[in-house]
Amino acid sequence: MAKTVEEVAEAMYNMIKDATGLKKLKATDLTKGIIEMFGDEVDKQICKDAIKQLVNSGRCVYTYFGGSFIELPHKEGAAND
Amino acid sequence: MAETKSQTPKLDELEKGRWPSFVKEIKTAAQKSPMAADLLGQLELSYNEKIGHWKHGGIVGVMGYGGGVIGRYSDVPDKFPNVSHFHTIRINQPAGWFYTSDALRKLCDIWERHGSGLTNMHGSTGDIIFLGTSTPHLEPIFSELTQAGFDLGGSGSDVRTPSCCVGPARCEWACYDTLALAYDLTMNYQDELHRPAFPYKFKFKMSGCPNDCVASIARADCSIIGTWRDSIQMDKDAVREYADRGMDIRSEVVDNCPAKCMDWDGKELHIDNSYCRRCMHCINIMPKALRPGKDRGAVVLLGSKAPIIEGALLSSVLMPFIKIEAPYRQIKDVIERIWDLWCEEGKNRERIGEFIQRVGLGNFLEAIDVEPVAEMVAHPRENPYVFYEEYFVEDEEEEKK
Repeated sequence: MAKTVEEVAEAMYNMIKDATGLKKLKATDLTKGIIEMFGDEVDKQICKDAIKQLVNSGRCVYTYFGGSFIELPHKEGAAND
Repeated sequence: MAETKSQTPKLDELEKGRWPSFVKEIKTAAQKSPMAADLLGQLELSYNEKIGHWKHGGIVGVMGYGGGVIGRYSDVPDKFPNVSHFHTIRINQPAGWFYTSDALRKLCDIWERHGSGLTNMHGSTGDIIFLGTSTPHLEPIFSELTQAGFDLGGSGSDVRTPSCCVGPARCEWACYDTLALAYDLTMNYQDELHRPAFPYKFKFKMSGCPNDCVASIARADCSIIGTWRDSIQMDKDAVREYADRGMDIRSEVVDNCPAKCMDWDGKELHIDNSYCRRCMHCINIMPKALRPGKDRGAVVLLGSKAPIIEGALLSSVLMPFIKIEAPYRQIKDVIERIWDLWCEEGKNRERIGEFIQRVGLGNFLEAIDVEPVAEMVAHPRENPYVFYEEYFVEDEEEEKK
């Protein structure tokens, strides 16, 4: 059965949470990971919508460190007060 | 009365001479903006210590967007507190960089309220660049910009703000409507522009003719350059007029033709259009006598980039000639197939040109379902150990079937 955007977003959020501090994940990493996890139950468009939902809701943020990544909101070490 | 000693003696050197000086502009801004004043101080410190004092990147942006704001912090905020945050904002420029004076005033007013007042018009990306603001001002700037009809541009691993030459709005050589295509791609790829989803950046630049005024062939991952496929239009009387007025057509035009496809017998100019490379040299020299042909379109090229991870690359041909007509499905279809492949197989921070070099043009073309054509050959092959027998055998077997 096809996964909903909410289910995919939740799975992505968990992937990002598990990778925090270990590896920064790009949108392409998340999409590939989700397709590996759910197979035919998902497609690239639903992954795109799930990322949009995560970022629009503020649960995740885009960051830039030489390339763009998706991470949990956090206080950066480099940021000045 | 003793003269006050300058706080920025090294920067002051850059005000000398008749040319415009960025130091002069920053000093003018510093009369009203403490940010601009501290920027001068930090730059002087960098000149003295021969080291940059900026930290770059991180979580800086507006809600929902992954591009448009480039985070920058000072690493000496105690000395220069007003540039502790000094983020850059990229704003999507109108196609061809046309503004009303009212629009420019609105932009400047927003920036004086929320930032340093310093701008780059325009950055090398093509965007309007606002230099220097702090994190709390980002959302208010974004809100005021959108109310004024502007949006943020691209940054990071996304589609960068598409950029084009002035095209048919100001130029007689435009072979297609660059402004319409830049606008259409910008609107069509809003998601790709604001939500970074690629291995690295992807730039579109559109030039209306082979003069390539936006240097798309050197700077864009996808360069769309106007061209024609019929013959150069020639007014023979006007050619003779150039000669009568003293132009040495042989040395100035014929001898400089890279294809050697022209001849001048002292009375008439002959062009063998089948050998013409559409370089525009003869047209630029004799604009009253020669014009691009009537069957106009564009060549689509892929892969140029400046040196960052790997060395610089120039674009090479992907589609030798296409008609550029709305809704531009032919370009979009191939671009979307390229993005699919690149997102699937591309490495982190690998530009499309580098990706093609890594996988090989043949494999790349096969994967995006584009037939190879002779125009795609950028230079003769360097590897002598290529054997074609297997392809001949395959062809023969197919013919037998």
